[in-house]
Amino acid sequence: MRSDSLSAALLALTSGLVLLGAAVALWRRTARGIVQALRVQGFALAGTAVILGVQLHVALLLVTGALLIVVKAFFIPFLLRRLVRLDPTGGESDPVVNVPASLVAAVLLTLAAFVATRPLVQVIHGVPITLAPFGFATVLIGFFVLVARRRAVSQMVGLLLIDNGIGLVALLLTTGVPLLVELGGTLDVLLVVVVLRVLATRMHAELGDLDLDALRELHD
Amino acid sequence: MSVAVVSPWIIGSGLLQVGLFLLGAPLLVGLMRTVRCRMEGRVGPPIRQPWRELRKLLLKSRSQPEHSTLVFAIAPVVLMATTLVVVWLTPLLSVRVTLSGGSDLFAIVFLLLLGSVSLSLAALDTGTAFGGMGSSRLMTIVALAEPALLVAILALAATVHSSSLATIMLAALHHPIWLVTPQRLLSFSAFVVVVLAESGRLPVDNPATHLELTMIHEALILEYSGPDLALIKLAESIRLTFLLALLANLFFPWGVSFSASGISLLIGTFVLLAKVAVLGVVISAGEVAVAKLRLFRVPELLAGAFMLSILAVLSALVIA
Repeated sequence: MRSDSLSAALLALTSGLVLLGAAVALWRRTARGIVQALRVQGFALAGTAVILGVQLHVALLLVTGALLIVVKAFFIPFLLRRLVRLDPTGGESDPVVNVPASLVAAVLLTLAAFVATRPLVQVIHGVPITLAPFGFATVLIGFFVLVARRRAVSQMVGLLLIDNGIGLVALLLTTGVPLLVELGGTLDVLLVVVVLRVLATRMHAELGDLDLDALRELHD
Repeated sequence: MSVAVVSPWIIGSGLLQVGLFLLGAPLLVGLMRTVRCRMEGRVGPPIRQPWRELRKLLLKSRSQPEHSTLVFAIAPVVLMATTLVVVWLTPLLSVRVTLSGGSDLFAIVFLLLLGSVSLSLAALDTGTAFGGMGSSRLMTIVALAEPALLVAILALAATVHSSSLATIMLAALHHPIWLVTPQRLLSFSAFVVVVLAESGRLPVDNPATHLELTMIHEALILEYSGPDLALIKLAESIRLTFLLALLANLFFPWGVSFSASGISLLIGTFVLLAKVAVLGVVISAGEVAVAKLRLFRVPELLAGAFMLSILAVLSALVIA
């Protein structure tokens, strides 16, 4: 019983950390800081998988956790850091929606996510399900980052926030999707990041900038 | 957890708390300066340097600017008095306090605010350009920091259905599981930012400069000298120490004494000293790596703290 409540508390903590990572990604202006937030989120997501695995005695979840650590906490941040180094001064100097306003938006989105998931939480009982709102809020904040930020790195981070949010909800709702699905999803995202990174590198070589607004006009 | 009976032990622990903060707060400031100097490769002054400065100031005669009124004269006393009352009321060494219900967190926040307000009124009273600038800046920051602090406290209070610091600490000690909930994590992050802003540390304000473009707290007290300045400096170091102690006790309440007995009080004292010293060292080590934020970016930082505290309340509601 005691270990049960401990793992429930740790599970709540890691889910909270995923949301905190999304909030910090919206809060920080430097590209480096945003990538750091993403890395913390990767660790938290992997932690969720490992804790669920230990709690439910599912060995495959431990494998999922290891996969998540390698891909989301190390490899993807590593790729993004390389991109940040191309453009060291490029933070979100001039986002479409300014930072305080986007923080208010994040609060409203979180509230919306928590209200929207209430029926779900009330229908199914169990500790992991009650934490699903954190994942939904992360997804919504990820969408917001995609809309409101114009740097290539932030756009990729927005995409990854959505993926991490979906991953958290999937973990908590199903207590572990099949490893094959998890493998497919994670590698898919990894591939997207690699492709986007190549694109961004090309963009930097052509335009000397990672600002997506510079892509408005057609070139010969 | 209200304690109606006033026993000598309880009064003694309150007095001990006040005495400890009066004596120890300048030493904490000295320790933080020394840590920062060492990390920057400088030797730095000895840890007791703030006390020497206070002694020097206390030996000078009082002076008051022309045309300034009573507001200027009483502001240091109000600041010191509110700070000492707050230290007296808060259960820092022991969960038992002198006045029942006195440890209400909202009361503590408003008492601290009273000190800031009196100081910025005094700065306006002198009629200098810097005084007005400093007080407008301080009020801007305080107006943004206070809501974040209050909402962060609300998140903690929502879990235990009480805003009494003693009850929050007792609940956390009885249910160790509650120490690692997401709402505590989020409100801790908000709390740290607010504590840095309230105590005028980097990245909000640099306590070591008198550069007119950046100073906030130093601009307020520019006209003070002699014993008045000593009183303000002492009160501000006590505030810093108090905020760190509050942070330590709210989020890491281990070692706080349950009973008003000598041994547990002694243990509580040493644990509190250690916790505050560790927090001070961590903050000053962090300050080496940060630059001061532009004044226009400070609202952004505090808006972030506000967001984190609202998220903390929302998570408290979701998990409850």
